[in-house]
Amino acid sequence: MMFKKFLINCDQATTICDKSQYNEATLLDKVKLNIHFLRCKICTLYTKQNVFLSSMYKGQAKSCKQIKHCLTDVEKTALKKSIESKI
Amino acid sequence: MPEEVSTLNPNKWIDNYADYLFNYAVVRVNDSDLAKDLVQETFFAGLKSAKNFEGKATERTWLVSILKRKVIDHYRKINSNKGKAEVRMNFYADGDNEGNWIEERVPQSWDNASEKDIENEELKTQLDLCISKLPEKYAMVFKMKTIQEFETEEICKELDITASNLWVIIHRARTQLRKCMEDNWFNN
Repeated sequence: MMFKKFLINCDQATTICDKSQYNEATLLDKVKLNIHFLRCKICTLYTKQNVFLSSMYKGQAKSCKQIKHCLTDVEKTALKKSIESKI
Repeated sequence: MPEEVSTLNPNKWIDNYADYLFNYAVVRVNDSDLAKDLVQETFFAGLKSAKNFEGKATERTWLVSILKRKVIDHYRKINSNKGKAEVRMNFYADGDNEGNWIEERVPQSWDNASEKDIENEELKTQLDLCISKLPEKYAMVFKMKTIQEFETEEICKELDITASNLWVIIHRARTQLRKCMEDNWFNN
């Protein structure tokens, strides 16, 4: 049956859903996912929640990018000493 | 005119590159102690192979290329920690139910999910806690992709993994995180 290749299981459906959170699911993927939704309430719920989680992760990404990571002067001095001992 | 040839100047390495390299490492391995170690190892490896430096690249590019190897080595190490480093299964792996949700892992509706909570500090703390409970490999790839927002292609290149491999890891990490947040925040 032609239709059969559009059928996917929940593991595959949620994988596509995760991909699409980064806008990286293909059109065929999305067709398969939407067909899956017709008969699976659990993955529909997963997807709804996943969108919420994505906005949460976005918030985390934003606050994370504001941090500038630096070594302290003490750490740098220690690092310098350990290098000098090897030169 | 002769081509410009870079030379190495190890006495200046710390002042010139330590922060840059540290930052490069920490956004990938998400652990400042580990990042510090990797930077130190990079400088040591640089000293050791200084005689191979041909001056074609800049000093910084050359040091970054060494650090890149250290990051891959670290990823391979945590990737081979088999057994303890796996996330919990959410789907049946074989049999008639292959690919279906395992009953006790089925997503539940959330009582307590509101858009206005997204900026909530306590929620962020809980999220960090859930991420820290992921096996290291999953946390590393998930954070590179989702928090540091690297391109898929770049992660695959840097960690020497395939795109399908990456999506399996992302999928498992996200399913695990969803469950952790459900139990500890949304339906707590």
